[in-house]
Amino acid sequence: MSATLFKGLSPHRTTLPNGAVVTVQETSMTPAVTLSAAFRPGSLLDPHGLEGLAYLMGRVLDRGTERRKADEIAEALDDRGVSLKISTNRQAVTLSCTLLSEDFDDILALLVDVVRRPVFPDEEIEKGRAEAVTTLRQNEDNPGARAADGVMKLLYTGKHPYGRPSKGTVAGVERVTRADITSFHRERIVPAALSLVIVGDVPASHALTRAALELEGWMAPVPPRVDLPPPSAGSRHVRRIAMPGKPQADIAYGFTTVRRHDPRYYAYWMMNNVLGQFGLGGRLADNIRERQGMAYYAFSTLDARPCEAPLLIRAGVDPDNVERTIEAIDHEVSTLAAGGPTSREIEESRAYLLGSLPRMLETNQSIAAFLQTSEEFSLGLDYDQRLPGLLNAVTREGVSAAAAETLDTGRAAIVVAGPEEGQG
Amino acid sequence: MLFTSGALLTDPPPLHVTHLDNGLRVLVQEVHTVPLVSVWCWYGVGSRDESTGLTGVSHWVEHMNFKGTSRIPREEMKGIVERFGGTWNGYTWIDQTTYLETAGREALDQMLFIEAERMNGSIFDPADCESERTVIISELQGGENDPEQLLDSEVTATAFRAHPYRHPTIGWLPDLQAITREDLYAHYRRYYIPANATLVIVGDVETDDVLRRAERHFGGIRPGPAPVRPQVTEPPQVGERRVSIERQGTTAYLKFAWHAPAAKEDDFFPMLVLDAVLTGAKGLNLWSSFRVAPPQRKSLLYTALVERGLASQVNGALMATADPFLYTLSFTATRGVPLDELEGAARAALDTAALEGIDEREVARAKRQLRARLVFEDDSVTNLAHQLGYFQTVVGPGFYPRLNQCIDMVTADRVRQVARHRLRSTALTVGAFHPLDAGR
Repeated sequence: MSATLFKGLSPHRTTLPNGAVVTVQETSMTPAVTLSAAFRPGSLLDPHGLEGLAYLMGRVLDRGTERRKADEIAEALDDRGVSLKISTNRQAVTLSCTLLSEDFDDILALLVDVVRRPVFPDEEIEKGRAEAVTTLRQNEDNPGARAADGVMKLLYTGKHPYGRPSKGTVAGVERVTRADITSFHRERIVPAALSLVIVGDVPASHALTRAALELEGWMAPVPPRVDLPPPSAGSRHVRRIAMPGKPQADIAYGFTTVRRHDPRYYAYWMMNNVLGQFGLGGRLADNIRERQGMAYYAFSTLDARPCEAPLLIRAGVDPDNVERTIEAIDHEVSTLAAGGPTSREIEESRAYLLGSLPRMLETNQSIAAFLQTSEEFSLGLDYDQRLPGLLNAVTREGVSAAAAETLDTGRAAIVVAGPEEGQG
Repeated sequence: MLFTSGALLTDPPPLHVTHLDNGLRVLVQEVHTVPLVSVWCWYGVGSRDESTGLTGVSHWVEHMNFKGTSRIPREEMKGIVERFGGTWNGYTWIDQTTYLETAGREALDQMLFIEAERMNGSIFDPADCESERTVIISELQGGENDPEQLLDSEVTATAFRAHPYRHPTIGWLPDLQAITREDLYAHYRRYYIPANATLVIVGDVETDDVLRRAERHFGGIRPGPAPVRPQVTEPPQVGERRVSIERQGTTAYLKFAWHAPAAKEDDFFPMLVLDAVLTGAKGLNLWSSFRVAPPQRKSLLYTALVERGLASQVNGALMATADPFLYTLSFTATRGVPLDELEGAARAALDTAALEGIDEREVARAKRQLRARLVFEDDSVTNLAHQLGYFQTVVGPGFYPRLNQCIDMVTADRVRQVARHRLRSTALTVGAFHPLDAGR
């Protein structure tokens, strides 16, 4: 058995005089290009009381510039079949879209205009605010979202920005003013915070030249660095959120782990794969779904974050099975912590992660996401080439140590959102 | 050639179509841009093939096909393609059931082996069938946590009187509580035969080599008669229908549904362009296109409802189906906007479109959007393989290569015609979800 031989990426990267970083990867599967412009960080900068500022700013960013009215932007995009997505999370405000190669120059110019010269018309802010509040209210009706937000609040206590919902709150969005939006844009949507990734059927030299031209003359102070405090270690805490009328309960069960820059990150990655990813959801799915038939989904995720990242276990179950499911999660978590993974599990997970590289780097969108992560954590242009070595260096002992250090049921944060009443 | 000019930069070899002696249709498309292969095995069975009392049986059978076969012990299913970095999955819908693996090209034999086993050797262990019952009920209830999914099921069930498209693919809860292992196995044996299947292989392969391997894995499977699928014609709808749900929630939703043309009907492509005019072009890849928001800020209903602050979201959906299914429009009411006000505005906007017409510029934009989306949705071997198998299974041969041509031929007159004819209020089903305060 051997992993597919993979040629790998050959990205071109340049830092412009204003601090913007542009990375280009040529591909040839389709005559299309994906653009991804990430400004870091994102909503973790929202001031207390204004949770949702970055999210609302993102919703209004493309609604008019000094050069283009909102309607002209909409027409330029729609005429070319382009859907401009502006997403906001704690880490970044990201604009992304896929377009036909023939539209590259036009859409790149439009995208840079949108981030560089927005005018935030009052009426667009009010429309954006109403839409944002509706979306946040929809999340309040979603047991999965409620459980995930709840467990983040338990893991990142006090004023840690990871404890707040990534898109903010209804109350916060209601309070945001136009002045808040313009100052956020002036201070944070700046070239020095920008990583622009271009992937697709466009010559790298042309893409770099066009990007430099569009970004030329955009000068702004370098924003201050944001240092995130480590989360304070807590004891086991279970919270129940009553959502009457919901047929199914959603469980979020979490720990904090390590920073992305921590050399142990790769061992944690593999540990998470064994626990809740491999196959249909690792050991968790084997137990909760396959052996006990309690849930359609049971899995875990490990985010890559500049601070101590969350490892979240998720399961959706019948309300009558909540306690059995938490017991099953406790069992799998403590078993992995005590005994570590088997040698077979390590080798299977390693083979999976190594072999999945070509799939991770198949489409323009997935390559853009990979290059954005590489840029965010300074992993280097050769990260795809180095990654096999990094994964091969992970040992069973390293994964066992990661499990033993993190998977302590006595420190688990657990939130159940479902129809049953509980203590909140 | 499979692709119209410009759809792929590289010049791919032609699609190879053949049949094994046992009736299995095999489609092979070489794509050498990445060292990956995607294998899909499609069956002509979906929820339309289910009789009353057995709704959900096709989807349940799909679940059982991940639980071991006579030559793959259950605990060994997991890991076969993962060891090659691969991913595997499956889905069931109204007309079809399908399974896929995408992995490095070294895993081709393993992928074909799994699919051959699924076709002929699944076990349906009674204990596993029982355990999966609660998994599927959990899947159903998880879906019902989402008011939009709940509304969609109710609207679909209301819009159809006779056609089996009326029941949800996952099945009705009482049926899921009653279906037996024998029901599942009988359904499996009836539909999982070579003559009712299409094997699709797309990726970094050599056609002759793939065909030899396919023969080795599938050639020994006994042939059988192609199952006769139910032929039901939905009677014409003679008046508007309504369904209203009141349940705890935070947000109000509105849904319109009309009977849509089947993919082979002349109205299908004009209707597809009409949907792009109304809500932006989505494309036609059920597996990938609906995960990406459409370009819609200049679309008719976005400008009439979202730009005016009445709705926070507007979505249209037209799928390529074997029989006439539904064209739906879904609206999320902006907080504070009553549903009757939203409904009135949506109806007025549609009346304007039908009465005053849709102009040439809007139609031209919609067609450009669709052409772009067809390029975007063919960006991986997995998505390409899906499209080949989907259209072969659901619509028949020769349809997929003509998508661009069929879109090009749509005229503004035809779009206006289908808007007037298809979106009649007498053929409309309206669904409303009214949120009740949860008392929090």
